[in-house]
Amino acid sequence: MAVTVVFIGKLSDLAGEAERHIAAPLTWAGLLDALDAEVAGAARDERTKVAVNGEVLSDKATLVAGEGDEIALLPPVSGG
Amino acid sequence: MARDVQLLTKGFSPGKALGLFAKAHPEAGGIASFVGKVRPDKDVKVLQLIHYDRLTLPGMEKLATNIEGRWQLDGLLIHHRTGHMRPGAPIVLVAAAARHRRDAFEAVDFAMDHLKSRSWLWKREKRGDTWHWIEPRDEDHEDANRWEI
Repeated sequence: MAVTVVFIGKLSDLAGEAERHIAAPLTWAGLLDALDAEVAGAARDERTKVAVNGEVLSDKATLVAGEGDEIALLPPVSGG
Repeated sequence: MARDVQLLTKGFSPGKALGLFAKAHPEAGGIASFVGKVRPDKDVKVLQLIHYDRLTLPGMEKLATNIEGRWQLDGLLIHHRTGHMRPGAPIVLVAAAARHRRDAFEAVDFAMDHLKSRSWLWKREKRGDTWHWIEPRDEDHEDANRWEI
């Protein structure tokens, strides 16, 4: 078990994968360290939102994820 | 109020769904509906809508709850596609059954403005042999802002 990080939309293109597993526990700084520079840059973009287990964080910096948690990196929605 | 909110992974018939919805709401004074389709555009071959299980359908359910609180409806239907679609294919069907027409019209209008700008969906289209991600449109946000949401 670890933390699952899901890349959505164009972030999955940037990451070259749909998801990856990173050792828990994971903070926002730890996540940025674990990602490739380009993906970390896109994650930092203020329009990119972050959800933990389906709850969107109002402040990404408060991210804390443990064993089995799922983090999603969400680029701006393009709408239906 | 009867609510039917679905995220569909395969093609659907808006006409059939609307027929069943009308049948389910004989008490309604009227039904308003909107069908959104993949716009036949230049050289677009395929449109792909991407969703995220933990947010997309729950977000559509929240939208339905919001609508129920704002308008007097007998029934509300929101069916939205995800996956690959060809030009001309239906993407979304929204229908509202109500005692009075104004509630039905406004509920559908609100639902579409919300879905176009706030729903957890990502889009890309294939032109020629290349996929292009679709960025959010300012107009869609302005449409949603009309409702102060």
